Amino acid sequence: MSTLASVSGSRVVRRSPRAALWRRLRRNTLSLVALGVLLLLTAMAVLAPTLTPYDPDAPDAEHALQSPSLRHWLGTDIYGRDQLTRIVHASRIDLLVALGATAMALSTGVVLGAVAGYRGGWTDQLVMRAIDAVMAFPSFILAMGITAALGNNTLNVIAAIAITHVPIYARLIRGEMLRVREMEYAEAARTVGNRPRRIVFRHLLPNCVPPVIVQATLAMGFAVLTVAALSFIGLGIRPPMSEWGAMTAEGAGYIVSGEWWLFLFPGVAIMVTVLSFNLVGDTLRDLLDPRMRGL
Amino acid sequence: MTPLLDLRDVTVHFDTDEGTVQAVDGASLLVGAGEIVGLVGESGSGKSVTALAILRLIRPPGRIVAGAIEFDGRDLLQASEDEMRRIRGSQISMVFQSPRTSLNPVIPVGRQIERLLRVHAGLDGGGARRRALAMLAEAGIAEPERRAAQYPHQLSGGMCQRVMIAMALAASPRLLIADEPTTGLDVSIAAQILDLLRDLGRRTGAAILLITHDLGVVAGICDRVAVMHAGQIVESAGVHRLFKQPAHPYTRGLLRSVPRLDRDFTMEPIAGAVPSLLDPPPGCRFAPRCALAMDACTACRPPIVAVAPGHSVACLAVEGARR
Repeated sequence: MSTLASVSGSRVVRRSPRAALWRRLRRNTLSLVALGVLLLLTAMAVLAPTLTPYDPDAPDAEHALQSPSLRHWLGTDIYGRDQLTRIVHASRIDLLVALGATAMALSTGVVLGAVAGYRGGWTDQLVMRAIDAVMAFPSFILAMGITAALGNNTLNVIAAIAITHVPIYARLIRGEMLRVREMEYAEAARTVGNRPRRIVFRHLLPNCVPPVIVQATLAMGFAVLTVAALSFIGLGIRPPMSEWGAMTAEGAGYIVSGEWWLFLFPGVAIMVTVLSFNLVGDTLRDLLDPRMRGL
Repeated sequence: MTPLLDLRDVTVHFDTDEGTVQAVDGASLLVGAGEIVGLVGESGSGKSVTALAILRLIRPPGRIVAGAIEFDGRDLLQASEDEMRRIRGSQISMVFQSPRTSLNPVIPVGRQIERLLRVHAGLDGGGARRRALAMLAEAGIAEPERRAAQYPHQLSGGMCQRVMIAMALAASPRLLIADEPTTGLDVSIAAQILDLLRDLGRRTGAAILLITHDLGVVAGICDRVAVMHAGQIVESAGVHRLFKQPAHPYTRGLLRSVPRLDRDFTMEPIAGAVPSLLDPPPGCRFAPRCALAMDACTACRPPIVAVAPGHSVACLAVEGARR
C-alpha cells in the first residue's frame, strides 16, 4: 500500500543522490564497519583527554613495563606510561597529519592539475614535467629527505607527506579536466562569456569531484602509514609526543624480552586505521563509478 | 530592415596534419534585427563552424583567416577578448543541439541561469533568482520553482532544451544562434520548441540564426534562408522564394530529397557526398555532384549574383541561363 500511495501521488518521490549513496553503502557491511571505525577514531582523537585517567607523557617509574591488566588495559611502557592513553593521544597526531597532508596535497594538486589540463600546451608541459620529477623519487625516500633536511617537527612532516601526494591529485584532475573540457557544457559555458578561471573552477571542477573523493580517502590511509613509518625510523614525530609508529619502534626493542604489548597494540592501531581508510575508499570507488550513477 | 549581423567573406581554416581544411570559405550572410534566418546544409558543410566563428570561439587548430563579422555596427574580429566575453551571452547567445549534455550535470538548472544573469545582467542573488524563474516560466516550464532546483538528468530532453532557451534569452540578447535545436527531440516536442523559439524571439526582439539540416524546420519558422554547401554559401533568399523558385542546383537537389506526401513525385537524393575540404579544387565545390556542371565550373569560383531582389546565387549555370 505504501508503494502504491507514493506512486499515485501527483509528485514522484525522488531520492537525493546522497540518500541513494547512503542506501547502497548500507548494504556493504564490511565498509560500514570500516566507516564506523573511522568515526570512532575521530571521536577518540577529539575526546582524548577525557577518555582515560592517565597523562600520556608523565612517567610513573613504579608501574613500568606492566602487562595488560584492569588498571592498564594495554599495559605500560618502560617509563610506566599507560599504553592505552598514549595510543588514544597518538590518534590525534596521526589523524591530524593525515588530514593536514591530504588537505594540502589536494588543494595544490587540484589547482595544478586543473590549470594544466584545461590550458594544455606549454603550461601543461611545465606542470606535468615538474610533477614527473617529483614522482621520479620513491615517495618515502623523498618524504625522508624532506624531513631530514627541514627538521622533523609536525608541520614539516605534514608538508613532506603533502609534497609526495601532490602528483596523485594533479594527474588525476588533469585527466578529468582533459575529459570535461571537451564536453558540450564546457563549450556552452564559453559561449556565455565566462572567464577561463570561472569555467575551470565553477563549471568544470565540480564534475571531477567523485574520483578525487575516492583518491583522497585512500591517500589518507597512505598518509597514516607514511607518518608512522617516518616516526618508526626517527624522522617523523619525535618523542615524547606519542605517535603510533614511534611507539611501535620503541616496542620493537622489547620483542625479545617478552613485553609483547608494547609493539603489538600501536601496530594494530596503524593497521586498523589504514585498513579502514582503504575499505571505505574502495567502496566509495564502487559507489561513485559513473556507470553505477543514477541507479 | 536594419542589419544586425553582417558576415562578409568569412573564411575559417583548420590546420591539420594532412593539410589545411577550408571549413568555411568566404561565407557572407546578413541577419536583420528581429529576423529569423535559417542556415541550411548537409552535415559537415560548415554551419556550426560559422556559428562558432560569429562568437569567435573557434579553437586551435582552427582560425578565422579572413573576412569581417559586423555585429551592431562593429567588427567582432577586431574586438578584444574582454569585449567578446561581454558580448557572448548578453548580446549574442547560443542554443546547442544536445540540450542534455549542454547543461552542466552537477549544477541545478535554475542556478545555471542565475549564474549567467549575475555575470551579464549584474543582478544580485534574489533578483537573478526571480528573473531565472520568470524565464523558465516563459519558456513553458510548469512548476518552475521545483524544476529550477533539479539537475539536468532529472529533466526530459525537451525540458532541457526549454531550459537552454530560457538561459539563452535570459540576458535579452539581440541575436540567438540556435544550432540544430531540435535534433534528438521527437517531432511533437521539436514543433513545440520551434514555436517557443519563434514566440520568444518575437517577444524579446531577438534575431535568430537557426542552423539546421531540416528544410521542414526552415519552412516552419524562418523569414530568410541561406544554403550552405562545403563551406560556401551558395544561395540565399526569402523563405517563400527559396521554396518556390530555388535557383542553385544544390538547393533544388535538397528540396527534391525531402519526402512529400501531397505531391506525386519521387524522392531524389543528391549524388555524391560533401567533397573533402582538404585543399579543395578551385571552382564550384558542387560541380562534381552537379548535373549542370560545365567546364567553366571547375575553373574558378562562381561569383555570387543577385537573380532577384533579396535572392542571390553562386552558380554559373544559373547566371548563364539568365543571359
